[in-house]
Amino acid sequence: MRFEMDIKRLSDYAWEIPKQGEMRVPTVIYISSRLLEGVKRDKTLIQARNVACLKGIQRMAYVMPDAHQGYGFPIGGVGAFDLEEGIISPGGVGYDINCGVRLLKTDFHEEDIEARRKQLLDEIFKEVPAGVGKGGTTRLSRRDLEEVCAKGAEWAVANGYGIVEDLKRTEENGRMKAADPSHLSPRAIERGIPQLGTLGAGNHFLEIQKVAEIFDQEVAGVFGIHTLGQIMVMIHCGSRGLGHQVASDYIRLMENKFGDKGLPDRELINAPIRSPLGQQYYKSMSAAVNFAFANRQMIAHWVRQVFSKVMGSSRGMDQVYDVCHNVAKFEKHQVGEGEIKEVCIHRKGATRSFGPGREEIPEIYRSVGQPVFIPGSMGTSSYILVGTKEAEKLSFGSTAHGAGRVMSRHEALRRFRGEEIKRDLEKKGIQLKFTGWKGVAEEASAAYKDVDEVVKVSHQVGIGRLVARVVPVGVMKG
Amino acid sequence: MERYRFLPHTADAKFQAFGTTLEESFVNAALATASLMWDWERIDRTTEHRVQVEGKDLKQLLVGYLEEIIYLSESKMFLLGAVDEIRVEKKREGFSLVALFRGDRTSEKYTLFGDVKAITYNEMVIEQNDQVMIQVVVDI
Repeated sequence: MRFEMDIKRLSDYAWEIPKQGEMRVPTVIYISSRLLEGVKRDKTLIQARNVACLKGIQRMAYVMPDAHQGYGFPIGGVGAFDLEEGIISPGGVGYDINCGVRLLKTDFHEEDIEARRKQLLDEIFKEVPAGVGKGGTTRLSRRDLEEVCAKGAEWAVANGYGIVEDLKRTEENGRMKAADPSHLSPRAIERGIPQLGTLGAGNHFLEIQKVAEIFDQEVAGVFGIHTLGQIMVMIHCGSRGLGHQVASDYIRLMENKFGDKGLPDRELINAPIRSPLGQQYYKSMSAAVNFAFANRQMIAHWVRQVFSKVMGSSRGMDQVYDVCHNVAKFEKHQVGEGEIKEVCIHRKGATRSFGPGREEIPEIYRSVGQPVFIPGSMGTSSYILVGTKEAEKLSFGSTAHGAGRVMSRHEALRRFRGEEIKRDLEKKGIQLKFTGWKGVAEEASAAYKDVDEVVKVSHQVGIGRLVARVVPVGVMKG
Repeated sequence: MERYRFLPHTADAKFQAFGTTLEESFVNAALATASLMWDWERIDRTTEHRVQVEGKDLKQLLVGYLEEIIYLSESKMFLLGAVDEIRVEKKREGFSLVALFRGDRTSEKYTLFGDVKAITYNEMVIEQNDQVMIQVVVDI
């Protein structure tokens, strides 16, 4: 099936769906012609157009280079909404609230860990619960879990997981202050309790990586990346069942309160930002964001412990940064000629990409721009980018978030065998630990878009510039 | 009659479930959902959960009902093996459903092979002719 649409080429890497029909603003898609062909095979463009129809949308709706079909918004969709007229939508954030990426640097070189690489991965696999139905080792009471949701990574640090410095190097300092766990349903909390401190399954992973290429030595240096072969650790996971439940709960509540009349898609259900229900969703979503920050904080702590044990030290294992991929938040942006105002920005499968000077980014990075992490698929490169000033003008300070699926899991299972994938990875010098063969086959890199092309578009358009490329040497899959 | 069938979908899972009645198709939709996470045919029936769901329309009822499976598995470690005593009723406003979920608690005996994040409205169809067909896309 192909979905044709009136689409205008603006440049090699930018396309526009001109304002038409119910659209309140145009939609701009940052993508290469090759990736665009793939996008036309699903409903991404229709969903991108639908976003431009929502109440109070400002300037333009944007679509990132790794876009694919989602629910409501496409994955890779970005929209900013006026605080008086605008809406907030769970479908603009996604089910996996604050799915995100944390990157730790190390002072180790690939040669330092070579002899103990297997042991490192085995130990991490023991320490970090992962896989379907795998519960965490920390069973909190309801009240404690509410505190996690109120305080995020701050809770984790206060309870011995990691250091205060980590908080400064986390988006929102690891805690969205608007969070109010009293708006979480009992079910959200019940799903959260057994899952705190777990990696989960699906596309979530933990990788030991080495720096394979440095594009911008100066910025890389600021991020703590100095030499080829330097070992890094990347953690990719989210808010687990708690976040999924928040999304499901508020879709239902908003439907019952406001209905879906006039909406092109039931998954675009929303509430006025200023309405009590809109505010409750924002506070609950923020609580789920905090759960995910705490989750990654705990996992990072266990990784450092393993390095201490196996390598004798975790010295130099500073957190580079921690970014959200699925979130809504309030930020100041230029919306018209010279008009700067606070808007409610939705990033669904998109990374904030603020350039130099923004007060939201840590002081240490304020002169260069924030770090952006774009994980590839299993066994492929991942990228470290830097946010730009241009991104604020071009995409409300947003860029891509990953590779994006191109093949169904079912098709991947039919085509690939987990055993072969493991063998191929090993040939490339990549060790793999996992909980099920099925997950390995489903996440085969051939089932994903070419992440190299995705970051190239980001760099060329200028919404996120290349800093370094890393490749895995050890992969842990849930 | 075939209980359910999976259709191609890039990022997630899409199925059609069938029945001669609405209730039967709801049962099969539950089994299709469970089949993404475990082999429901191999689950012993040692535990029961009575579920009760309301919906302002049939689609919302279906979403709420299928979400029960996810919720029970993640919070009560309950694996669905069968659905009995299911009844869907038209109310003055909307619909209600009661059903008895039978199954077992998670243990070494069973392999879990996938997570379902949420039930979505995307491409949802409930077709009631001579037989009933339900189409659902779930976020996995």
